[in-house]
Amino acid sequence: MQAAMTEKNAVSKPVERRAGGGFVTLYQKELADHFHSARFKLVFALLIVTSLAGLYGALQSIADSTSASSEYVFLGLYTLSSSGIPSFASFLAYLAPLAGLALGFDAINRERSQGTLNRLVSQPIHRDAVINAKFLSGVTVIFIMIFFVGAMVGGLGLAIIGIPPSAEELRRILSYLLFTVVYTSLWLGMAQLFSVLCKHAATSALITIAVWIFLTLFAEMIVGIIANLAYPLEGIQGFYNMLDNYQLQMNLNRLSPYYLYCEATSTLLSPNARTLGIMTQESLSGALAGYLPFEESLLLIWPHLTAMLALTMAAFTVSYICFMRQEIRA
Amino acid sequence: MAEVMIETRGLGKKYGSFTAVRDLNLSVQKGEVFGLLGPNGAGKTTTTLMLLGLTEPSVGSAQIAGVDCTRNPLRVKQIVGYLPDNMGFYPDMTGRENLRMTGRMNGLHGELLEERMDELLARVGMSQAADKTTSTYSKGMKQRLGIADILMKDPDVLIMDEPTNGIDPEGMRELMLLIRELAEKDGRTILISSHQLHQIQQICDRVGIFVHGELVACGDIATLGKQLEEQNGYQFEIAVGNQQHKLRKVLESMEQVDRLEEKEAFILIHTGENIAGKLMHELMKEKLELTHLRKCSGDLDEIYSLYFEKAGESDAGSDDRKKRRKQAG
Repeated sequence: MQAAMTEKNAVSKPVERRAGGGFVTLYQKELADHFHSARFKLVFALLIVTSLAGLYGALQSIADSTSASSEYVFLGLYTLSSSGIPSFASFLAYLAPLAGLALGFDAINRERSQGTLNRLVSQPIHRDAVINAKFLSGVTVIFIMIFFVGAMVGGLGLAIIGIPPSAEELRRILSYLLFTVVYTSLWLGMAQLFSVLCKHAATSALITIAVWIFLTLFAEMIVGIIANLAYPLEGIQGFYNMLDNYQLQMNLNRLSPYYLYCEATSTLLSPNARTLGIMTQESLSGALAGYLPFEESLLLIWPHLTAMLALTMAAFTVSYICFMRQEIRA
Repeated sequence: MAEVMIETRGLGKKYGSFTAVRDLNLSVQKGEVFGLLGPNGAGKTTTTLMLLGLTEPSVGSAQIAGVDCTRNPLRVKQIVGYLPDNMGFYPDMTGRENLRMTGRMNGLHGELLEERMDELLARVGMSQAADKTTSTYSKGMKQRLGIADILMKDPDVLIMDEPTNGIDPEGMRELMLLIRELAEKDGRTILISSHQLHQIQQICDRVGIFVHGELVACGDIATLGKQLEEQNGYQFEIAVGNQQHKLRKVLESMEQVDRLEEKEAFILIHTGENIAGKLMHELMKEKLELTHLRKCSGDLDEIYSLYFEKAGESDAGSDDRKKRRKQAG
């Protein structure tokens, strides 16, 4: 009788209170999964070690060239490199995609091969809660990682150099870190897309890693070859082609999110970057030498930010649509 | 009392030019255990997925407890527990954690959730192993946890896809008892799809035989057997302790016997009607010692193989027709 009573009470409850329960439960579970996974620990450790290396290089560089340093010393912690050690910013540009990839490449196909996906979708939750929770938990983890290493470099750097950042510098650093989160989320979205499309986690991992290496290392070389083929730089004609060649190269390069990201972050972190296009001697004449204020820098890279957000949304939307239309059966 | 829980009308599903399910009309009553039998690839899983709203039917409709499965899958999933054939759990979570997650997704929380979990774990005999990670579980343990998992939402209807796959005989017996209990004690409606007829025979009230996407027969096993006997005649296995050839003579002299066949130590009799009584009478008259007599028409094996043969023939027929058409063209 007692059992029957509890059974009865139990029946009515799930019916009333169910809205949103699926997403929150899955989100919590995904977060817990990430934090417990060896993969997360590995990537996080890698990011921390490389940022410390970057910081070390920057500190050396600051110590070496005290006379020539700009008035934005604190930003130098993120951008300066010394002999052989890349700066924090370029380390992050290389490795942040890896974090996105590691968190997303088996998001859906692991559920599928584990047999947990059909268990999930037979629960009274919306199907998109599964993929939404996965993407958002990934973004949350990325946010935590990026801001952690950013704050760590800032904090350690502050303790060592002893020069506090100005409000302007803080704003630049915060927007730089946010931009990095968006960039990493783009790679997370892409990895997740392949995890929907490919049956095996190994396949999707290989594809996303191939895309990552291609875009960060080889794309620029290939773009250079294409531009030189279209507008050869040899002979007298070469002088006339120079402008076209450069423009084509830049436009093609900007197709790669890696290039976009590098352009945008270098503008954000160095106030003396005044333009992203070609500048002639004439357009410089009469210009006052000075730093760009933060708002102007932001304006300069606004298209980059929009493009990056759009790419991220596109990657997520395509994987969302594919996931929703896919047959559940293995 | 006879309340219809699962009902499909003209349900069909096509994948491109391949028809997975064709014109399925099915109705299952409340508290009934219904077995969906058929070979692999007959469309059983497609049917169960359509019932859950996980696959959209090409034609027709399906309803569970009066709710349309395609239009309102969330409501359906609240009252239907689905045990897929390759059900999995998160391997680095314990059995209890897996259940807790399912409970949360069904809107359970707090004490009620924990209570329900303990009760169900005890019911499927998994209380001891509940706090181990599921990667250490055997197939049978996973299956039991799976049943606890789908009971978390306290469903009115249970749909099980090949629940007996890969379970040892002892585990199977327990599972069958549990399923029967769920139907009888709790009054839940259960739909089991399987290709293992013997287990299903023990616990199903009715079965439907599914071949090439079509429900070729439906009813309780006795009725199906009778139907087949009327169509295809009866068969008896018979053996005597002495005078085998005399038995043959007697049988051949009986006018009802159509055909005799040697089968291992027995003689197989094909007849058009049930001659068991007459047979006994004749044997007694001739003083033959009967050691074995079994009516083998009408059991599930027979039903199954006959229906599958039929389907196979019609399939071959259509192939021939296609070939002919090709030649004509």
